[in-house]
Amino acid sequence: MQEFLEFTLGGISTGMIYAAIALSLVLIWRGTRVLNYAQGGMAMFTTYIALIVINRTGSYWLGFVVALAAGLLLGALLERSVVRPTLRKPPLNAVIVTIGLLIFLEGLAGIIYGGQYRSFPPAYSITGLKVGSVALGISRDGLFTAGAVLAAAALLAVLFRYTPAGLRMRATAFSPDVARLLGVRIGRVLTLGWALAGLLGALAGLLVTPTTFLYPNSMDAIFVLGFTAAVIGGLDSPVGAVIGGLLLGVALSYVGGYLGSDLVEVAGLAALVAVLMLRPSGLFSSTSVRRV
Amino acid sequence: MTEALAVRDLVAGYSAAPVLDGVSVAAAPGTITAVLGANGAGKTTLLRTISGLVRPRAGQVLLAGAAITARSPEDIARAGIAHVPEGQGVITELTIEENLRVGLLLRDRGQRAAALAGTYERFPVLGERRRRLAATLSGGERQILVIARALLTAPRVLLLDEPSLGLAPKIVAQVMDLVRQLRDDAGLTVLLVEQNARIALAIADQGLVLNLGKVVARADAATLAADEGLRRHYLGF
Repeated sequence: MQEFLEFTLGGISTGMIYAAIALSLVLIWRGTRVLNYAQGGMAMFTTYIALIVINRTGSYWLGFVVALAAGLLLGALLERSVVRPTLRKPPLNAVIVTIGLLIFLEGLAGIIYGGQYRSFPPAYSITGLKVGSVALGISRDGLFTAGAVLAAAALLAVLFRYTPAGLRMRATAFSPDVARLLGVRIGRVLTLGWALAGLLGALAGLLVTPTTFLYPNSMDAIFVLGFTAAVIGGLDSPVGAVIGGLLLGVALSYVGGYLGSDLVEVAGLAALVAVLMLRPSGLFSSTSVRRV
Repeated sequence: MTEALAVRDLVAGYSAAPVLDGVSVAAAPGTITAVLGANGAGKTTLLRTISGLVRPRAGQVLLAGAAITARSPEDIARAGIAHVPEGQGVITELTIEENLRVGLLLRDRGQRAAALAGTYERFPVLGERRRRLAATLSGGERQILVIARALLTAPRVLLLDEPSLGLAPKIVAQVMDLVRQLRDDAGLTVLLVEQNARIALAIADQGLVLNLGKVVARADAATLAADEGLRRHYLGF
């Protein structure tokens, strides 16, 4: 029973990281129907920026904020410069461009920062919390992780539902031509979507890197799991992305806890394959399956 | 007098053969112009080219004398042309009120609440269901919604593409009545694309007939409606 509680709470906090990556992928997919393979690479890059700021200034929170701002800028910049020209071309072009971006960012990070593993500080203590003598399986930092992603998701939900910018984003996602005919400048909307995705990715990088070390490929595995979470959620549903992240995080935590930690990545990939085979539109998507 | 909307020698199309082959239209302010013709005559492409969704290869589009040719659809909407596309263009994933609010986005903040209240007063059917998803509306109600949404952009010119499509005759009559009111009460200039020539000519001031991308007839509505040969050849009534 104690183990079960530990694995569940631990799974929730890692699941929230998958949820953040999944949300960033969903934001981009909804706006541009592009799957951004560079999302993990972008998060890795902004985490390096955070590390530099932290080392220079000694302030974790300054590094945190600078990385989030860098994610916002990087997302907007990449959309405007390399992604926009692919949107009127066949979908494969955008896929190749984002894979190219990933390789570019990882190579650039290797050149600038070197390939060695660097440790990255957590926001709060990573010692497991206890109630009396019962270990909860979650640390103060784990609580912060879950809280930060939940807060980001809630802010996003408020943005979508209650602000003009959110209405523009939803109208553009569902019916781009109708939105344009009503005067919505969809180019700006797409840039905003990429910027927000860059910010969410940067947040995920900051939250996960204390447990993985920082190196040019450090976000690859997390990206795959975040992508799996997004697919579970249906790829176009923000709520689905968060629930998908939580389900995956908890499931993988049980796999790691009860069956052995070597199996976690295999189980993650197995989950991806299973969802794509059995329910390719995800659990929460509004789009219907195309029969072939 | 300057035309509210003028199209001069417009050439446009999706592949090598042009769908529009030198089409001209002149619509005086506060009039309804019916654009008639068979399937594939180029009616929808004419509207899509005016509103910027299709880039013209040659020719000009003038809004109150100012050239808006080949600008982006969002800029043309902001200049004052509202295009209600065929197949209605309701955003079914949004609520009725959210659909209307998209139309309000380019209005000044201070005017939005009053404009929305005015819409609900004029179309009670929308007000009663404002929080429901637009997907729950019937075909006729959707047509009301998209016209109401277009009006919220405060347009000078309204482009309507087949508003009668798929609607029961009684609903069609209501929609046509609404279009007529928009001209009579608000002085709106309307370009009305219709397959159903009879009902369009009944409310229009003038009409033109397209065939294979060219204007084959152009006259005031009564003259067109009375022309036996034209009716048999192109209009089918």
